[in-house]
Amino acid sequence: MRRFADLYEAIDQTTSTNRKVEAMVAWFRAADPADAAWALWFLTGNRIKRLVPTRELRSAAVAASGYPEWMLAESYAAVGDLAETLALLVDSLADDEGDLPLHVWMARVVTLPTLDAAEREAALRRWWAALPRRERYVFNKLLTGAFRVGVSHTLVVRALAEVAGVPAATLAHRLMGSWAPTAEAWRGLLGEEQGTEDLSRPYPFFLASPLEGEPASLGDPAAWLAEWKWDGIRAQVIRREGTIAVWSRGEELVTDRFPEVATAAARLPSGTVLDGELMAWRGEAPLPFADLQTRIGRKKLDKRVLDAVPVALVAFDVLEADGVDLRERPLSERRARLAEIVAPLAPAVRLSEEVRAPDWEGLATHRQGARELGVEGLLLKRRDSAYGVGRPRGPWWKWKVAPLTMDGVLVYAQAGHGKRAGLYTDYTFAVWQDGALLPVAKAYSGLTNVEIEELDRWIRRHTVEKFGPVRSLEPVHVFEIAFEGIAPSPRHKSGVAVRFPRILRWRRDKAAADADTLASLQALLRVQA
Amino acid sequence: MGTREPLLRPTPAGLWCEPGGFYVDPWQPVERAVLTHAHADHARPGSAAYLATAPSLPILRRRLGPDARLESIAYGEVRRIGDVDVSLHPAGHVLGSAQLRIAHQGEVWVVSGDYKRAPDPTCAAFEPVPCDTFVTEATFGLPIYRWEPPERTAAEILAWWDTTRAAGRPAVLFAYALGKAQRILAELARLTDREVYLHGAIAPIVDIYREAGVAMLPTRLVADAPAGHRFAGDLVLATPGSQGSPWMKRFPGAETALASGWMRVRGTRRRHSVDRGFVLSDHADWPALLDTVAASGAERILVTHGSTEPLVRWLCERGLDARTLPTAWEGEGDVIVETPTAGAPG
Repeated sequence: MRRFADLYEAIDQTTSTNRKVEAMVAWFRAADPADAAWALWFLTGNRIKRLVPTRELRSAAVAASGYPEWMLAESYAAVGDLAETLALLVDSLADDEGDLPLHVWMARVVTLPTLDAAEREAALRRWWAALPRRERYVFNKLLTGAFRVGVSHTLVVRALAEVAGVPAATLAHRLMGSWAPTAEAWRGLLGEEQGTEDLSRPYPFFLASPLEGEPASLGDPAAWLAEWKWDGIRAQVIRREGTIAVWSRGEELVTDRFPEVATAAARLPSGTVLDGELMAWRGEAPLPFADLQTRIGRKKLDKRVLDAVPVALVAFDVLEADGVDLRERPLSERRARLAEIVAPLAPAVRLSEEVRAPDWEGLATHRQGARELGVEGLLLKRRDSAYGVGRPRGPWWKWKVAPLTMDGVLVYAQAGHGKRAGLYTDYTFAVWQDGALLPVAKAYSGLTNVEIEELDRWIRRHTVEKFGPVRSLEPVHVFEIAFEGIAPSPRHKSGVAVRFPRILRWRRDKAAADADTLASLQALLRVQA
Repeated sequence: MGTREPLLRPTPAGLWCEPGGFYVDPWQPVERAVLTHAHADHARPGSAAYLATAPSLPILRRRLGPDARLESIAYGEVRRIGDVDVSLHPAGHVLGSAQLRIAHQGEVWVVSGDYKRAPDPTCAAFEPVPCDTFVTEATFGLPIYRWEPPERTAAEILAWWDTTRAAGRPAVLFAYALGKAQRILAELARLTDREVYLHGAIAPIVDIYREAGVAMLPTRLVADAPAGHRFAGDLVLATPGSQGSPWMKRFPGAETALASGWMRVRGTRRRHSVDRGFVLSDHADWPALLDTVAASGAERILVTHGSTEPLVRWLCERGLDARTLPTAWEGEGDVIVETPTAGAPG
């Protein structure tokens, strides 16, 4: 664990991305393959689910530290990270059994779910006692699964590509899909063992950058293909030999969640990989994203659920056909191929149609109508573009419709996490109804650091009441909130739920009485429906 | 005793001592102020007369201006003001820092000001003063805050400096101009004799500490470096406010660090966007707060600033009469921009 803590610290102790990569390269070169596999597994965002319930972790910490639960809660509010809070509160008893490597610790850790609660608590307390504070913290990060150390996936890929001596794109592809953190998998990643290609492995997703300026800067519109920016779940659908796989962009295998798409995919020729958006879809039109969300929330997908919210893949690219990687071929050629492939698969797989207009003004007009169609705007892709890796600026742009906005009153605040630990940065905003303020949105981002600090000081001095970590506030400050959509929601007291709310600006020029009303939000609801 | 008028009351101008006719570290201009120490949130300009410890006087003179009416007393010396006996006792916070003891008709109150219990070669060590009512700070009033021995932190700072020297980079360490910067220079003086560069707002306070007889590393102003000097391998002490300012352009490729008790928490360090955080505080950590409350022997504890609520609740659960006393003091403010100090040149 000491060496792994060294890696964590080396990455954590610099804000320079180059130095982070250097630290990873040096560490992986010297690491035991079994440790390297686990380290990589965590660095690329994997976690072991349901190792130990948070509630048990907290009660074990209360027992081990001697501090009451309320003190743990206060400390957590100041630290903003449970693993770190526990490491700080539970004093090392220095029951030093000597340092053990990461993979040995992981062999212990994975047994936790097989124990009963009392045995689990005993094990945790024994292990905490055996680890110095630095190692105990990293160990807790492995338990809670929130292992983030300020390196992006791209940086890990860069470091690993250097270690393996292969191009970053090759390594990114090898890392896609699911793999077990074993010494064998590590050797495979480094290219020492080839030929065991996983049939279900997806390609790295190619992403569009937001277009901030005017599209005229992109030149001749004829060189660009425009299509709707669908508001669903980005996914790759794979058919290779007997394997059918549906991968979300979060690299989660979701084949079972979308049986209608999987069934259609079975009719694809072997060696086909499609890229598209999973959408709730009925007849010729998409259903609101909220419907897709309810469907995702269902544990059991019985006929009633499948009939209520049918799902389709709106396909916009083909990355592999007849077992041949097409990603370097121009988009126009891939699209032609795609049209042939998906034609027989309706309605579960449909082609994302091209949005046609003679000039940029025509496309701008289409974009204006995006919200009524239930889409987020337009995607602009160069017709000669290859399907790359990551999100480079240039070949693909997303040209989103301007967001909806409202003026809300700040009514609750809660301390943030990570970088914002101990600062009141999680805000709840309300609008007026019958002379009362009704909470309608939570937002965490959009203010500058200076504004955050100022607001934090104000919040501390103008708290009306404290409910655990939440403070209710004097209704004074008004903020303009941007959001992508609004839907009816029986779960919210206001009866509406907004999507992706974020703060556009602090309206110091407005008083609380000038904020929006629920009626004005309900009017937006009607426009969308 | 419950029927007695409290010796100190919070008012809009500050903590008011009625029988003495003075305020303690007032946050608005008043007739007569008694000061615990020279940090900006405790020593504010504009009052008609100030009383403070002798060692804090040169710093106060610099911060409050040449015309301020300043009077000093020695640690432990008793002065009659109005109907009360007042004395100042070492608080171990910064040079000249004091706890204020107020005695009136057999009742004793002590206001801790800001204080720490860890050893500090730059100022007199904290002395427990028995009292009936103890007014304490709680800047770090949570058990997550525990300090390592300062010499260990100093060794970490030196190790970091050695690494940046080997890499040929400047090492810029942000620290408060009053107290923290001098403490670092004094702690490092036990480990090395290398020269350290100073930000312009730190240097005058370093001079005052030297005159008070505090042994520190040799220093030089950044502004006095030879033209074209790139500070490769140098250690530069800078105010937290200079982070992200154009002044930082003088140190190409610099690694940055911040010395503060808040660096105990990773999220706070990351928010400040520094490479390294050194946990070094001039305030009491959680065990020291509890020790000090116990050592005071007080039956009533008033908690002024910081994590007041957890400390109050903890003490109440242990049978003490503890409550919050609201003030405008900030302690080791978790600031991105340090409160500007009077007359401090950039």
